[in-house]
Amino acid sequence: MNPLFALSISDLKKTYRGGHEALKDINLTVSEGEFFALLGPNGAGKSTAIGIISSLVTKSSGCVEVFGHDLDRDPMGARRSIGLVPQEFNFNQFEPVEEIVLNQAGFYGISRREAKVRAEAELRQLDLWDKRRVSARDLSGGMKRRLMIARALVHRPRLLILDEPTAGVDVEIRNSMWTFLQELNRQGTTVILTTHYLEEAEALCRQIAIISHGHIVENATMAGLLSRLHEEALLLNLRAPQETLPEVEGFALRCVDRCTLEVTIKREQSLNRLFQVLDQAGVEVMSMRNKKNRLEQLFMNLLDASES
Amino acid sequence: MMRYWTAFQTILIKETMRFVRIWPQTVLPAVVTTTLYFIIFGKLMGERIGDMADMSYIEFIAPGMILMTVITNSYANVVSSFYSSKFQRHVEELLVSPVPNWVILAGYVGGGIARGLSVGIAVSIVSAFFVDFQVYSFSLGLLVFVMTSAVFATAGFINAVFANSFDDISIVPIFVLTPLTYLGGVFYSIDLLPAFWQQVSLFNPILYMVNAFRYGIYGVSDINVLWAFFIMAGFLALLLGVALYLLRQGIGIKS
Repeated sequence: MNPLFALSISDLKKTYRGGHEALKDINLTVSEGEFFALLGPNGAGKSTAIGIISSLVTKSSGCVEVFGHDLDRDPMGARRSIGLVPQEFNFNQFEPVEEIVLNQAGFYGISRREAKVRAEAELRQLDLWDKRRVSARDLSGGMKRRLMIARALVHRPRLLILDEPTAGVDVEIRNSMWTFLQELNRQGTTVILTTHYLEEAEALCRQIAIISHGHIVENATMAGLLSRLHEEALLLNLRAPQETLPEVEGFALRCVDRCTLEVTIKREQSLNRLFQVLDQAGVEVMSMRNKKNRLEQLFMNLLDASES
Repeated sequence: MMRYWTAFQTILIKETMRFVRIWPQTVLPAVVTTTLYFIIFGKLMGERIGDMADMSYIEFIAPGMILMTVITNSYANVVSSFYSSKFQRHVEELLVSPVPNWVILAGYVGGGIARGLSVGIAVSIVSAFFVDFQVYSFSLGLLVFVMTSAVFATAGFINAVFANSFDDISIVPIFVLTPLTYLGGVFYSIDLLPAFWQQVSLFNPILYMVNAFRYGIYGVSDINVLWAFFIMAGFLALLLGVALYLLRQGIGIKS
């Protein structure tokens, strides 16, 4: 038992009945209070790992502990500590919103009276209180996602697991979800997130693990991982169209179009020098952005390395 | 333990409200069908058939008719509800929660018993318009009601665990349950059958339930009532054991 970790996984393996090996000897720890990203391409084993942790998938071998509760020896203790927001909608579409949250509270042994108080608090927080009597099938996609978050939080779990929580929601809702999850994490809830939006992982998570072909290929802090980027490609938007490419010694420049330059800078290079030279050449830069999300760049590098 | 009680209550209330909300689909059809049975088989044809087991034909079939609705409704409630929860994936709400398997099973079976009893009572009220009941033992009758409901609710649960499509949940009721019910002594006394078929009938569990219920109503039965209770308890224990084993293994619900 290791009570220091919100989640501790050792030698976890899963082979499905057809013989497909989804997880091959996974080892992973998530500290209490962490905001953790589990990333990987489709079919890498993320959902299988989450399924095992939350008791939806049976493991082939290995050990999983949630806040020190072993999944084999104390499954009820482990389940009580977890709140799960799955990828697919998995509530009764014909039930009213409030009823779904109240029933979930009941499954966790929370009395009806207490459940009503908690359900109201969660639904208000997630802007669903006005929809409490509406049948779940009549909610929009974003509302359904928020309903699953409210349901997962009603028993006040210490560990919240979200499997692609912002898939298919608009930017506004995604941003409000980010704020909500950050606040929740600040209040002490450990959060594990899987997502395909790498900028989401970069914005929210402090720790990251990358899974590929059933193996953890990377497990590091976000800052540590990003510091491994040796060079970055930046796009510069120019005020006036340029007929010729300005020459800047030490920097690789490329014209994307007459008003956009692409520059690749190494980690040790200073941006001041670049701007200084551009300024001298009469090139005025209006804005700058990364060509690729930094994490995305690293992610692709790591996956390529694991493939080879 | 209090937590589990709350979880059980939640499942039971959820399951009960499910069939109450759609009572025109769940309770009403049984009442209408039974009324037609009483009119056609009891009144119109029954008067020509004459007495059976020293009672009028309509009196003879009434307990079996009531129990038949209890059987089909207990089964239908659990099989459709649990399969729907698999199909819509909201069974996962239970699987991730700290609810032991026996509480899940008790909740669903409890819901099946609730529907069996509700429909059984509704049909009994209808029966009272056609038959002058002199209930021999109310408690015995109620015990048969509950045990029969529990047996078929559990059987429905097992069917739902294995079902992969909506077709799979209608096969057993049509090809197993209905024939067993019709051949289970609802419409005739097994004394009418040749000796060989009498022996074959003794392998039909519904025969014991119908006769035990008839005994509770009139105090008469084709078979030993104690033996009937023993058979029902045996079936119930066996089916509960199988259902709990399936849940523990995660068959049909976990990958």
